[in-house]
Amino acid sequence: METTSVENSGVTRSDLPLRVINSTPEAIAKGKSRVKRSFRQIRTETVFRHTLTILGGLMVVLVLGIMLTLVVKSVPSIKALGIKYLWSSTWDPVHDIYGAAPFLVGTLVTSFLALIISIPFSLAVAIFLGEYYPKGWLPNFLKNAVELIAAVPSVIYGFWAVAVLVPIVRSLETHVGAQPIGNGILASSLILAVMVIPYAASLGRSMIQLTPSSLKEAAYGLGATRWEVIRRVILPYTKSGLFAGILLSLGRALGETMAVTMVIGNTSRMPTSIFDLGNTMASVIANEFVEADKPVYVSALMELGLVLFLVTVVINMIGKKIIDRFTND
Amino acid sequence: MELRSVKYRIAKNYGFKALVMIFAFACVIPLLFILFFIVSKGITQINWHFLTRIPKPVGESGGGIANALVGSVLIVLMAVVIAIPIGILGGIYLSENKKGRLAYWSRLCTDVLQGVPSIVIGIVAYFWIVKPFGFSALSGSIALAIMMLPIVVRSTEETLKLLPSSLQEAGFALGMPFHRVIFKVIVPVGTSGILSGVMLAVARISGETAPLLFTALGNNYLSWNIFGTMHSLPKLIYDYSTSAYDEWKNLAWGASFVLLLWVLLLNLLTKLITRKWKVQL
Repeated sequence: METTSVENSGVTRSDLPLRVINSTPEAIAKGKSRVKRSFRQIRTETVFRHTLTILGGLMVVLVLGIMLTLVVKSVPSIKALGIKYLWSSTWDPVHDIYGAAPFLVGTLVTSFLALIISIPFSLAVAIFLGEYYPKGWLPNFLKNAVELIAAVPSVIYGFWAVAVLVPIVRSLETHVGAQPIGNGILASSLILAVMVIPYAASLGRSMIQLTPSSLKEAAYGLGATRWEVIRRVILPYTKSGLFAGILLSLGRALGETMAVTMVIGNTSRMPTSIFDLGNTMASVIANEFVEADKPVYVSALMELGLVLFLVTVVINMIGKKIIDRFTND
Repeated sequence: MELRSVKYRIAKNYGFKALVMIFAFACVIPLLFILFFIVSKGITQINWHFLTRIPKPVGESGGGIANALVGSVLIVLMAVVIAIPIGILGGIYLSENKKGRLAYWSRLCTDVLQGVPSIVIGIVAYFWIVKPFGFSALSGSIALAIMMLPIVVRSTEETLKLLPSSLQEAGFALGMPFHRVIFKVIVPVGTSGILSGVMLAVARISGETAPLLFTALGNNYLSWNIFGTMHSLPKLIYDYSTSAYDEWKNLAWGASFVLLLWVLLLNLLTKLITRKWKVQL
C-alpha cells in the first residue's frame, strides 16, 4: 500500500517514510484498490490450483468411469451366462445363445498373425533408422513415411483393403485351392500388419539409439563386423525395449475396429482356417451393437467390450512398465 | 564359437545390411500404393457439386458429400472445444506436479486412456450420453474429445517439462500469481509444442469412425443441429464402401480423398511446426 502511493506521487526512495504519512486521499484509495486486487489475485490463484487438481483427477475419474460402466453393463450377461460365455462357441442372438469363443479366437488369430507378418518389417525399420542411418534425407524420408502409416485413418485402410487387397487374397486362395472368398482372417491380418508397423518401429528405433556407444565401440574394437555388433550387442541390449514396442503394436491390433470389420466377413461361426471368414471382438461390437434389441444381447456385447478393455489395458501397462524400466536404467 | 573366415563374416555383414534395407523400405510400398490408389480414384470425384450437394438416391448421379463434410467439421470442432481446455490444464497439472499420488494416478490413467480401443469409448459414450439424451452429434464430439484428451495432456506435459524452471521462478520473483505465470509465461513459451500435440490429436480423431457409429449415427440430409444425428466423412466412407452402387462407391472414394488430404495436411503442418521451433514430441 505504501509503495503504491510513493510510486504514484513520483518520489525517490530516500523520502519514503515522510511521504507515506502525508499521502493524499486519492493515493490511499488507489492503494486500497491495489491491495484488493492482489487479494483477488491470490483468490484466483487458489481457485486455479484447485481447478488444475480437479482436471488432473478428471483423467482418473474418466478411466474409472469407463471401467465401471463396462462392468455394470455386463453384469446381466455375466449373471445369465456365467464364465462359460468365454469358451462356448455358439453365438445365436435369435435364440438367446451367446458364446464369445469365436470372437476371442478371431481376435487372437488376426492380431498374432498381423504381428508375425509385421515384426520383420518394423524391426528392420528400427535397426535401419536406429543404427545404420540415423541421419540424412533417405532415413528421414523413411521415418516420415512410417509415421504417415500411423496417420492414415483406419477406415481408409479398410476401404482400400476392400477394393484392392481382397481381390488379391481371393486370387491367392484360388491358387492354394481354398474357397475363393477374399474376405476373411487372412485379409484382415494383412491390413492389420501394415497398420501396426509404425508402433513397434518408432519405439524400437528410440530404444536402439539408447544403446551406450561404449558397448558398441568395445565390440568394434574386438574386430566385430557391423552385423555382429547388431546381433550380439544391440539386439540383446534392447531386447526388452523391442518387446515393449511389439506389445504396443499388439495392443493396437487387438483394438483395431474399422479396417477389420470391413474385410473380415462378419461370421459368428468358429473359424477353421486362416482363409475362413470370422469376427473379432471389436468388429462384432461394431456390427451388432446398434441392432442389439435384448438386454442380455447388449450386455453380452458390453462384456466383450470389457474383455477388450482389460486386455488392451494390461498389454499397454506391461509395455509402459518395460519402457520405464529400460529408460531409467 | 568356431572361428569363421573374415571374408564370410564380411559377406554376411553386407548380406544382412541389404536384407534390413529391403525390409525397411518394403514398408513404404503399401503406403505409397494406398496413397496413390486413393488419390487417383478420389481426385476425379472432386468438383463443386461433390462438395456442396448431399448424396442422391440410388440410381441418380451427381450427388455430393456436403452433409458429411459439414458434420465432420462440426463434430471435430466441438470435440476440440471440449478437449483443449481440459487437456491443456490437465497437462499443466501433470507438469507442475511431478510427484504426488494423484499425479501418478492421473499420468497412469492418461496412458491407459490412450490405449483404450476406440470402439470401447464408443459403447461407453453410448451409455453415458446417447441412452439418456438420444443420438446426437454432440455425443459423438464428446466421445472424440475423450480420445483427444490423452494426446493433448501428454504433449502439453512433455512440452512444459522441458522448459527451464528459471522461467517460472523469474515470474514468481516479480510477484506474479501462479495462474498469471502459467498463462503469460509458461503457456506462451510452450505454444508450439502444445499446438502440435493438439493438431496431431485432431488428425487422429478426424478419421475415427468407431466412436461415431453409436453416437452421431449418420444422417442422409444436411444438418446443422448438433443435438440431432449428423453424418461424418469416416462414417460415410464406411457406409458406402461396401455398397453395391457405383455412385455411392464413388462418393466414398471422393470422401476418402478429402479425409486423407486433411489428415496429411495436419501432419505436415505439425512437422513444420516441430521443425521450426525444434519441438520434442
